[in-house]
Amino acid sequence: MLAKRIIPCLDVTSGRVVKGVSFVELRDAGDPVEIARRYDEQGADELTFLDITASSDDRNIIFHIIEKVAEQVFIPLTVGGGVRAVQDVRNLLNAGADKVSINTSAVTNPQLVADAAGRYGSQCIVVAIDAKQVGPGKWEVFTHGGRKATGLDAVEWAKKMQTLGAGEILLTSMDQDGQKKGFDLGLTRAVTDALEIPVIASGGVGNLQHLADGVKIGGADAVLAASIFHFGEYTVQQAKSYMAQQGIEVRL
Amino acid sequence: MVDIAIVDYGMGNLRSVYQAVHKVASAARVEITDNADVIARAERVIFPGQGAMPDCMRELHARGLREAVLDAARNKPFLGICIGLQMLFEHSEEGDAPGLGVLAGNVVRFATGLSDGEGHKLKVPHMGWNQVHHARHDLWAGIAQDERFYFVHSYFVQPVQSGLVQATSNYPQPFVCAVAQDNLFAVQFHPEKSAAAGLRLLQNFVNWKPA
Repeated sequence: MLAKRIIPCLDVTSGRVVKGVSFVELRDAGDPVEIARRYDEQGADELTFLDITASSDDRNIIFHIIEKVAEQVFIPLTVGGGVRAVQDVRNLLNAGADKVSINTSAVTNPQLVADAAGRYGSQCIVVAIDAKQVGPGKWEVFTHGGRKATGLDAVEWAKKMQTLGAGEILLTSMDQDGQKKGFDLGLTRAVTDALEIPVIASGGVGNLQHLADGVKIGGADAVLAASIFHFGEYTVQQAKSYMAQQGIEVRL
Repeated sequence: MVDIAIVDYGMGNLRSVYQAVHKVASAARVEITDNADVIARAERVIFPGQGAMPDCMRELHARGLREAVLDAARNKPFLGICIGLQMLFEHSEEGDAPGLGVLAGNVVRFATGLSDGEGHKLKVPHMGWNQVHHARHDLWAGIAQDERFYFVHSYFVQPVQSGLVQATSNYPQPFVCAVAQDNLFAVQFHPEKSAAAGLRLLQNFVNWKPA
């Protein structure tokens, strides 16, 4: 049967992998190409790169990184951050990305999702949703790295993105991100139950049980984590063995 | 003359395929091409595909590559990947589109609303690493039985002739994920994104001498 995926996430700025707590207080984790190779060797199922560079001047750096990684790593690569136009999608795909993740621009210009999916296929369009709990069983979509409220309901927004042609949803809990207390399982479950397309749970992983819970309780099709892998707490292999022991289908 | 032509009809990103082939055959002349003459003169042809099959068929026609691809599929070592597999058949449910008709059979969509044993919804597209149960063929050399490969697709092929089937996978029912006929081999998964197993399959294709 289909394996649940484990996806290490590399937040990249100025050519380095960094990791923050709730989107602030960045800490250096190393060279992205080296880190990508290491995760590939450990059996990562995919890799996600998020370009968190604030200024557009440094945008070209991510292209060089993706080109280098794609020459050496033969697993799917997703790249996001600052994607505003179909041309940005095209440039990232040409650099070697297999999927492109669209976040803020999906909110400001939903037609971009439809246009990009129409041109390159749904299989390469991931819509990233950053959500914050605003009430019992209620989550709101935030943009601009979590700084701007949109008034949009996360579940309804995810359904709309599916209709427009998203092939997958990368769902991050803003409340949990960087807290190491586990995914927002209620959010994950609500979104995955509402959709036909796969959902990647993100934000909050602090130990291996959190990954297993994301699949078993949250119903996620894939789980994404950053710091537990970056700072050597666990290898991807350890994560997979742990999940397999919990009866989760993984690629070992 | 190029050794391996990767057919470019404007659909999707062929760089991954190129990189992976280059990795396993660094001495070979590999070219991404939309030139029918280059395809005609190549020793081997890889026919990838991404996106929606009706768009792929339209672009293949628009670029005047239909005959070159048909000729290659019948006469030289030929590897179809993903939509490149689906287009070899007669018809797809996707957009009610005709295919190239090299192989008898149709392309149909996964049912939605199905669940796995734990009550979790089975998502469409079928995306991720699934086990491939394969028959005997030169292209599976050195690849373990039930090895996992990376898939991303919503439609799958149903060949009329069961003798063509070279591998199946389950989601949740068995579906055909590889076929072969003479000089032709085609897979639903993405060998270029399937780590060591995928590279091995590409290497086997590069070295393949169909009987």
